[in-house]
Amino acid sequence: MHMADALISPVVGGTMLIAAAGVAAYSIKKTQFDLDEKKIPLMGVMGAFVFAAQMINFSIPGTGSSGHLGGGMLLAILLGPYAGFLTLASILLIQALFFGDGGLLAFGCNVFNLGFYTCFIAYPFIYKWFTRKGINSKRIFGASMASAIIGLQMGAFSVVLETLLSGKTELPFGTFVLMMQPIHLAIGAVEGLVTSAVVSFVWKARPEIIEKTAAGKAFGNISMKKVLSGLLIAVVLVGGVLSWFASSNPDGLEWSMFKTAGKAELDTPGGIHETLSDIQDRTTLLPDYDFKANEESDSEIKATEESEWPSVNPGTSVSGIVGGTLTLALAALMGLIASMIKKWKRKATA
Amino acid sequence: MYKMIDSISHIRLLDELAQKESTIHKIHPLAKVLTTLVYLLTIASFGRYEIGGLLPHIIYPILIFAFGELPVAPILKRVLIVEPVIIGIGILNPLFDRYMVAFGGIAISRGWVTFLSIFTKCGLTIIASLLLVATTEIDKLAFALRMLRIPKIFVLQLLLTYRYISVLLEEVYKMQRAYFLRAPGHKGIHRHVWGSFAGHLVLRTFERAQRVYQSMSLRGFNGEYNTGTIPNIAIRDVVYMAGWSLFFILARIFNIPNLLGSMFIGVINR
Repeated sequence: MHMADALISPVVGGTMLIAAAGVAAYSIKKTQFDLDEKKIPLMGVMGAFVFAAQMINFSIPGTGSSGHLGGGMLLAILLGPYAGFLTLASILLIQALFFGDGGLLAFGCNVFNLGFYTCFIAYPFIYKWFTRKGINSKRIFGASMASAIIGLQMGAFSVVLETLLSGKTELPFGTFVLMMQPIHLAIGAVEGLVTSAVVSFVWKARPEIIEKTAAGKAFGNISMKKVLSGLLIAVVLVGGVLSWFASSNPDGLEWSMFKTAGKAELDTPGGIHETLSDIQDRTTLLPDYDFKANEESDSEIKATEESEWPSVNPGTSVSGIVGGTLTLALAALMGLIASMIKKWKRKATA
Repeated sequence: MYKMIDSISHIRLLDELAQKESTIHKIHPLAKVLTTLVYLLTIASFGRYEIGGLLPHIIYPILIFAFGELPVAPILKRVLIVEPVIIGIGILNPLFDRYMVAFGGIAISRGWVTFLSIFTKCGLTIIASLLLVATTEIDKLAFALRMLRIPKIFVLQLLLTYRYISVLLEEVYKMQRAYFLRAPGHKGIHRHVWGSFAGHLVLRTFERAQRVYQSMSLRGFNGEYNTGTIPNIAIRDVVYMAGWSLFFILARIFNIPNLLGSMFIGVINR
């Protein structure tokens, strides 16, 4: 579910980065109250644990395939929401930097999609609600399942919104939602099952680990309303300012606004039905589709998007191709010269 | 299993590369972090239909590879491992945008243009992150993050996570190997032992954390992380950062391949 740098615009990436930084700053402030320096190594080593545990293959009964753990919920349950959020953020940063999973610009999006919903929505409102009357195996199961599924659903929906607002893909809102949500329902169910199995085991073996975190009232006397409304204001402000800066150079933002706004009515049942039949149309009448689409919406597309598409005349595109080839050749030449200089220098010093 | 071995060797490789002492390695970590950010920002700001304009950005990784004395194959391999995810999303573009455009006398659907654009961007952005960590040791990176006012707790925790990833990966690898040797033909861990398999690892991790804390305390850890000495930012570092940033921004504003192409064609026609 990692967002990549290639799929987001600077405005969306920047806004989410600032939102995630805000939540992280708040978490750091909160952890400082109950964080002795003892907990720092625990967070660090637990981060490494989740990283490694993500690579364990859990065979899924009846399917013949295997699933993996995401670990967001597990971290929230074992370390509490604040430390859990920070730990997940550091895992995501390492994944982005060293493994190319996600990206530095998309870091905020990923922290938010995978960390915020699990640690700050699913954990306090769902997991805590299920276990409010004490912990037992059944409650751990229900709590883990519900919170993992809902947390992932929100994360997946967030991915859809961020991708569409960035306007780098052509996926229509309805189709993307229909693709993402069911897949993440299955992923969420596996996540819930594994999480509940692990939490139950730890609870039976070392109950104090689970109970200690559960007792540290997740939100004490802090009003969640304050956090959420602060966050909302920050997102609107930052997003607004950034997109104002970007408006002199509309990299698909206007288009995506139009597209998402135009598709807003898809939320209604009729809309989903429409999208479904639309998909069916596309898959069954693929050869016809081209003409149909061109006839029907040519003028519309031209009207809305012509200004965005770089003026295409044979002359410029030829010079574009020639120039592109020249640029690549030039780049290769520079690399060659650079490595020759390096070799020559090494020889000179040797 | 393969993924685990691959991850362990990948981390070790980057660790080793970061310890080299090339021209790029000697640049101040903060300058490299900021340059990478400008690079990523300019790439992300290109529109959906842009491919040509992106090409000059390829010069950056080529020169870093050359001056940083880095091996090309293992880093490109990592990009190839990640690209399929992006291809999965991007490949749908040609299905949804079938509006035909003429490009140099060839008619292609606009969806392919956006797909290629995403593909190129993905490659360039992943390489940029990998080049940053291949030329900067994690301690120095942490120092740069501290200079950017990232809180101490987060940076410290990041370093600890990084330090223990290979330790825990090896532990998980051993556990999985032991399991599969006793349960041949299994594709994954059976659901009856999901809890105990990962749960034992949790317990061991908690105990390990305690030992780590104790040994850190014995060495005088008081919540402070000492990065050692890192020289101040020199003129060379400022020039490095400003030079690259200027180039990225110029390449973003002007379509260099188009300019080059028209110049070339102009000369030929004359």
